[in-house]
Amino acid sequence: MTGLPWLDELISLVLATLRSATPLIFAALGGFFSERSGTVQISLEGQMLMGALTGAVIALKTGNPYLGFICGGLAGVFVTLVFAVFSLKLRMDQIVLGTGLNILAMGLAPFVTKVFFDSTGSTPSLPAESRFTSEPMFLLFALIPLLLWWFAKTKSSLYVQFAGENPTILSSLGKSVLKIRLYSLMTCGLLAGFGGASLSLFLASAYSPNMTAGRGFIALAALIFGKWKPGPTIAACLFFAFIDSLQVQLQGSGLPVQFIQILPYLVTVVALAGFFGRSRAPAAIGKPLEESK
Amino acid sequence: MKSVLGFLFGIFLSLLLVLWIGESPLFVLEVLYRSAFGSKYDLGLTLFYATNLAFTGLSVAVAFKAGLFNIGAEGQLHFAAILTAWVGMTFSQLPMGLALPLAFMASTGFGFLYGLVPGLLKAYRGSHEVIVTMMMNFIAAGVASYLTLNVLKNPNSQNPETSPVSPGFFSPERDLTQQFFEGAPVNYTLWIAIGIAVLVYFFLSKTTAGYKLRAAGLNAASARFSGIDSRKVQMLAMGFAGALAGFVALNEITGSAGKYRIGFSADYGFVGIAVALMARNHPLGILISAFLFGALQKGAADLDFETELITRDFARIIQGIVILSVTAFYFIDFKKLIQKWRSK
Repeated sequence: MTGLPWLDELISLVLATLRSATPLIFAALGGFFSERSGTVQISLEGQMLMGALTGAVIALKTGNPYLGFICGGLAGVFVTLVFAVFSLKLRMDQIVLGTGLNILAMGLAPFVTKVFFDSTGSTPSLPAESRFTSEPMFLLFALIPLLLWWFAKTKSSLYVQFAGENPTILSSLGKSVLKIRLYSLMTCGLLAGFGGASLSLFLASAYSPNMTAGRGFIALAALIFGKWKPGPTIAACLFFAFIDSLQVQLQGSGLPVQFIQILPYLVTVVALAGFFGRSRAPAAIGKPLEESK
Repeated sequence: MKSVLGFLFGIFLSLLLVLWIGESPLFVLEVLYRSAFGSKYDLGLTLFYATNLAFTGLSVAVAFKAGLFNIGAEGQLHFAAILTAWVGMTFSQLPMGLALPLAFMASTGFGFLYGLVPGLLKAYRGSHEVIVTMMMNFIAAGVASYLTLNVLKNPNSQNPETSPVSPGFFSPERDLTQQFFEGAPVNYTLWIAIGIAVLVYFFLSKTTAGYKLRAAGLNAASARFSGIDSRKVQMLAMGFAGALAGFVALNEITGSAGKYRIGFSADYGFVGIAVALMARNHPLGILISAFLFGALQKGAADLDFETELITRDFARIIQGIVILSVTAFYFIDFKKLIQKWRSK
């Protein structure tokens, strides 16, 4: 379009990267809230899956993608509410819980499509007017500076960080750690649900079986690769999305496609091994709250 | 006891879901029962799933006793399976007497190595084993799919699978267990699973090494004070867990399929977490809970044919709900609740 073929290619690569980064960044920021407030979050995948499914179902039934998107977010919140009841109230192990919810979500999605649409795993495809062209991406662009400001400047972000680093101090200040973790979990679900909904309403045009395809785990990888800090986490998402977009370009270059697919996981393992400087998880992560009166 | 109640409650909740979509819960129960115990063949299929789940359940349990969370059993079994298939294709002239011990060493050895990596990283770099094993699941899937499609591909098949291993490694017609169950995929590894569960039980409760492992799991710091190198113990425990998951490869390659097929595992590694959880990590209890989860897996496949709306993914719903309800039953203090209720 510019007359320069290499520039065209570059622009299309950048656009493809931004597109496929959108659900990743939503989910990774969700994971950020959960993990920084002290909850290990391996059920991002399940939240995204429920978000993607609900988004597509609601957009199909109402014809309104915005409503679908919001309900997708709420579906994520619902998953994290279940998470909160079990982890905060019953103090169940968060990793078992995350695994259980992921398995449950993977079972529920085909069940719902079967009951509503009599199809084994996917929804009918959405007409053009009930899906997005770029809106979730712009919402995300607006959200990122707001979040960076919130993280750097506000008191409430400190509360979230203290809930994950040293909850005793927080409770001695008279704050309820439980509430802060609950709100952080709900924010996590909302964002991860948005991430899932942007998959089915923006990147694709329907819900298809297991459409998250491990994106919840890549988002978690990005969060760890970004050392649990918002800026680097977003950068890691962009990097992983870039690798993903390169996949198309590199087809037929002799480089096996599986190698590109496992690259995000590989660099995360290397990063966790401390070869890119230490990445340290929040101190109180995964530890259930002490019994409080 | 609590876990049985939790299991039953989980089934009950799933049946409510069945009721809600307008299928008959009683019919579902009947199909589940019939499909698990209806015929020798059905029982054989259930036992086949149970064999794999016993291995992964033991894998999760051993790591758990050492204070580690192995959610990498899925990766470990895939890694072991593809390489065992490769061994079985490469050493094609071996007679059965040599081939099977070699396959045994390959499947547990490669599983051990793949489990050792997160153990090493945990012990000497402080990396959290949960995230590392989770990432390594995806890496194993990628490596296995590359090897299957590009290196070991079966030229005579449309399916994504490797060529069959040589007859020394896989000859079902000589497998008496398989004969007895009328050709169901269950095979001699069923007895290995039972034997291994007993061995793991004795290892954990009666040997010094098992005692060290549990000590490192209960309190790594105080174990260190009493002269136990907990880091090394945890590292080896993770390798041990990987080896146990590797037995699934032995079942698949030398017992039931004779080749590596992409997607052969019905999430054995993850369901193994539920299996271990329900048995509270007791090696012998795992045999029972593996059987129950195996029956669910088999039953859900039959529900797919016998009901209109329930697909085989229903197994996942039940598994997920059972995980939640079993743990909920552990954490709810019933005595306290009853006291509260009485004092009102």
